Amino acid sequence: MQHGKYRFIVGFLAVPLGLYALFVVWPFIQSIYYSFTDWTGLSPEFKMVGFDNYKRMLDDEIFWKSLEHSLLFALVLPLVTISLALFFAFMINVGGRHRRGGPVVTGVRGSSFYKIVYFFPQVLSIAIVALLFAFAYNPDSGAVNSLLRGIGLDSVQPLWLGDPSLALWCVMAVLVWSTVGFFVVLFSAGMASVPAELYEAALLDGAGRAKTFFKLTLPLLWDTVQSGWVYMGILALGAESFAVVQIMTTGPGGPDYSTTVMVLYVYQKAFRDGQAAYATTIGVALLVVTLAFAAVVMRLGRRERLEF
Amino acid sequence: MKTTETPAPVPAESGTPVAKIDAAPRRPVRGSREGSVLNVFSHGILVVWAIMVVMPLVWAVMTSFKDDSSIFGSPWSLPDHLHFENWARAWTDANMSDYFLNTVLVVGGSLVGTLVLGSMAAYVLARFDFPGNRFIYFLFIGGMSFPIMLALVPLFYVVNNMGLLNTIHGLILVYIAYSLPFTVFFLTAFFRTLPTSVAEAAFVDGASHTRTFFQIMLPMAKPGLISVGIFNFLGQWNQYMLPTVLNTDPDKHVLTQGLVQLAVSQGYKGDWSGLFAGLVMAMLPVLAAYVVFQRQVVQGLTAGALK
Repeated sequence: MQHGKYRFIVGFLAVPLGLYALFVVWPFIQSIYYSFTDWTGLSPEFKMVGFDNYKRMLDDEIFWKSLEHSLLFALVLPLVTISLALFFAFMINVGGRHRRGGPVVTGVRGSSFYKIVYFFPQVLSIAIVALLFAFAYNPDSGAVNSLLRGIGLDSVQPLWLGDPSLALWCVMAVLVWSTVGFFVVLFSAGMASVPAELYEAALLDGAGRAKTFFKLTLPLLWDTVQSGWVYMGILALGAESFAVVQIMTTGPGGPDYSTTVMVLYVYQKAFRDGQAAYATTIGVALLVVTLAFAAVVMRLGRRERLEF
Repeated sequence: MKTTETPAPVPAESGTPVAKIDAAPRRPVRGSREGSVLNVFSHGILVVWAIMVVMPLVWAVMTSFKDDSSIFGSPWSLPDHLHFENWARAWTDANMSDYFLNTVLVVGGSLVGTLVLGSMAAYVLARFDFPGNRFIYFLFIGGMSFPIMLALVPLFYVVNNMGLLNTIHGLILVYIAYSLPFTVFFLTAFFRTLPTSVAEAAFVDGASHTRTFFQIMLPMAKPGLISVGIFNFLGQWNQYMLPTVLNTDPDKHVLTQGLVQLAVSQGYKGDWSGLFAGLVMAMLPVLAAYVVFQRQVVQGLTAGALK
């Protein structure tokens, strides 16, 4: 297979690699370089300023707030989402009652129905979901508060997105809502591949559901859980949190910077405030956080791989 | 939208075991009491979450058929009659038709481009040994874990300098570039699983590398292309961050941007029913496609994480 091999390789790689280098790799390199300049983005002139942007960042109160919120997103969101999804997936696949003559472990009735419904939000754009919930959270005419009024809780009418202490959690809840279904389906596929004999053996040994879950299902699914965690964390630090915070919150990022996240702060500094160089500095911090997050999860999660 | 509530077990009002749930008169074999209570409990939670998922969507559909006063007055009431004019208004006055067209153009172009270029690169990386192969592969893979926003600041100026800002074809090129990491990652793994013998046979028979790829390997890779195609379709159709930065001309807006724009402007005009009609209009095609191609969509979206 030597004839014309290299010509073929170059011919096939040139366009995709060129496009990728131009629109992805090159801007990444540039932005790290720009973080050491005083470039505004508005004029082509700039000069090197060393670590000034980084010093400024460390003194920037809003940066620390956005960092704190981003870290919360990366830790709380996967934790809640994956726990819920594991619970649902376990109920759907293993939670069913044993019926005479049937297999020892069964899913609940209608398990495929649940999987279909739970997955709905995943196919919707996060922007549309965010808009929908922004209205649902509206304190006067939104669905949530009028539901509360409907069941007689007239006194409980929070401002939701308007309340600095609640807004961030409201935003997170939307991401949980939209992502759980994906993980339910993902974990279901993993659970379905666990051989039934293992469950039979656990049952024979007298293990209850909780024990079966923690001693059998979870360890066998660990790899999937771990990669799911990294995947969700990267999304929560990047594109998804940008969309929900930018669309749902006042400001955006408010009230009183209570929901601002790093990715939004980068966007605002670059495209609203004309401080492109400073924006890339925060972007570099975001890159460090993202890579550190992935490394920590992979490291903490390392276990002996179970074969089955 | 139909919201079938499956034969949900009525939460046990009394302590009666839930023998009713089972249509057939089978009896649980062991641990019936504990099992039943747990079963009602677990099934109950599953039903609650299903309702929580479906309710906001039903609410949106309902609201899109109401007039503005009842949207604010009684958010949960059924529409007095179906105000189809909301939909007409959203489609024409609020430019939803333009947003749809733009989205179809952008996603159509970038989906084809992503699949063609992604499979070309993946094939070469999976099947040929050459210096730098691993480096290029990891260069592509690395793009999956980097925060895109960091690149978007300089990218804006790169795109601007090339005269591609606020153009459909510029957006298509950027979409392709940012879809390549996952596509290459997924398809490289896929091409590695395909047997080598067929391609070798074709090559011995005198087919060129290019011809072998297009006539032998691509057809063989169809299942992988479908999975990664669905993944990219949804990702690109739902994309919000890239167009927000690179596509600021209102005439070129894609659906997601258009709706957000609409939400802002309708806030001033006070046309909430039109906005909800627009939202539902944007949701329904994707939901319908999902219900029809349910299995493929789930496979396509979860395929990457399972690898």
